[in-house]
Amino acid sequence: MADNLSHSPVLEFAPQRGIGRVTAAWADLRAGLKLFPLAFALGWLDIKMRYRGSMLGPFWLTLSTAVMVAALGVIYSKLFHMDLPRYLPFLSLSIVLWGFISTIAIDAATVFTQSASQFHSMRTPASLPVLRVIVRNVLTLLHNAVVIVAVFAIFHVWPHQSWSLLVSLPLWIADSFAGVLLIGMLGARFRDIPPIIVSVLQVFFFVTPVIWKPDLIYLGRQYLLLDPFYPILEIVRAPLLGGSVRPSIWFAAITQAFVLWGIAAVFFCRMRARITYWI
Amino acid sequence: MPSVVVEKLQISFPLYHGQSRSLKRHLGRSLSGINGNSPTAHLAQDARERVVVEVLRGIDFTLRPGDRLGLIGGNGAGKTTLLRALAGIYEPVGGRVRIEGTLGTLLDSSLGMNPELSGQENIRLRGLYSGLSRAQTAAVERDVEEFAELGSYMKMPIKAYSSGMSVRLAFGLATAIAPQVLLMDEWFMAGDGAFRNKARKRLEDIVGKAEIMVLSSHMPEVMREWCTRVLWLENGLVKMDGKPDDVLSAYLAPKPAL
Repeated sequence: MADNLSHSPVLEFAPQRGIGRVTAAWADLRAGLKLFPLAFALGWLDIKMRYRGSMLGPFWLTLSTAVMVAALGVIYSKLFHMDLPRYLPFLSLSIVLWGFISTIAIDAATVFTQSASQFHSMRTPASLPVLRVIVRNVLTLLHNAVVIVAVFAIFHVWPHQSWSLLVSLPLWIADSFAGVLLIGMLGARFRDIPPIIVSVLQVFFFVTPVIWKPDLIYLGRQYLLLDPFYPILEIVRAPLLGGSVRPSIWFAAITQAFVLWGIAAVFFCRMRARITYWI
Repeated sequence: MPSVVVEKLQISFPLYHGQSRSLKRHLGRSLSGINGNSPTAHLAQDARERVVVEVLRGIDFTLRPGDRLGLIGGNGAGKTTLLRALAGIYEPVGGRVRIEGTLGTLLDSSLGMNPELSGQENIRLRGLYSGLSRAQTAAVERDVEEFAELGSYMKMPIKAYSSGMSVRLAFGLATAIAPQVLLMDEWFMAGDGAFRNKARKRLEDIVGKAEIMVLSSHMPEVMREWCTRVLWLENGLVKMDGKPDDVLSAYLAPKPAL
């Protein structure tokens, strides 16, 4: 007979209201974080699997980004009449960071529907597939970062205020978590979310100063603070390029983060138990 | 002490067939309040008739150590849903489920395995899920490899396996770790003759170690052999609950002619 009778785990399932929902959501998060090694393995295997059998493996990520940055850099520096040494470091950093944002948002829409078989075969914390998507995208980002380092080395760009990464990177991770969770739940419930996300991102790619520098426009620059992607992008991009970030941008980024976390938390508390019914 | 308590358990599924799942319908419903004459008002009326399927409508039972419960009933009686509710996959819409003890679920024949990954990788992931140490995972790996007789296929993606091979792998893996409360769906009893004999021994072993077992099956002979108590489900309700012989003879009795 098992010797752990005195402390055998107790699982209790019942419909929850109010505070019960919050504690259940919190328990889900904790269970997901405890399974972080699994999330990490899954995320890494996702990347490995995509390039299984190819010669370069995951370094295709690096190579395709390098090609993209080089091509866009030459074209746009001509179009915007900018000199390459100033424009290319900006572009490479922007493209890689935007690539992270857009892929994670698109992946988020199907995060739960794609792990339906896992959810139906055993009790799984909702935060587990969310962590997996984040791990996958962070690893992709690291592969792409090689291009940034190379471009910066070629054009002698030195970061400024690099301490701010200690604040901005955790902010990125926390925003990613809340964003993936939120979009994922909506995507599980409403099957139109994935195409909506794709088209919204396309619009914001041009509206947000990703491939163009914000100092290109004079009128309406303050409205950029309302752009959901600009502040969060700028707090990482500007210091790395050797510039500084205005306090208003930091303020906007942090406010947006709190709004996002708040909405995600409310939805998660309300919808967590329904996710398996929807997928 | 391991136990399973189910009180007035209700599970119902919203049926989002066709369009009712789309955002258009959903928005249409909220907008219709604003303008009753708009074209969306018509849509909304349709959408309001949202169909809810009541799969379980108030189930009660309690299991103590030593209980081997069989669930029997026709297709759509709610057997699989009840097992999933016990596993905590579907949280109750009404009522309560309380499970004390480590829980093992053998519900889905794919076990949530990833078909793109090799057998070995899937076993390691399963080890991580169960929080096993490296050494424990390696032991499970050896055990499964020996049982499933997959040889060099262990390093190939599961999608390259024959269906027999994947059942052997899933079965071997699922039965490698013995829980206190075991939930099993009927696929475990399927399989070809040679495999069945081999599986039998292993299954007897794990069922013997589990203190409580809940098994769902269509097959009366399986119930007679493995269970000490049988629950007959029909239309989401318990139709009969008792000793296997009593319930099964009632279940198998010819239906009175209408």
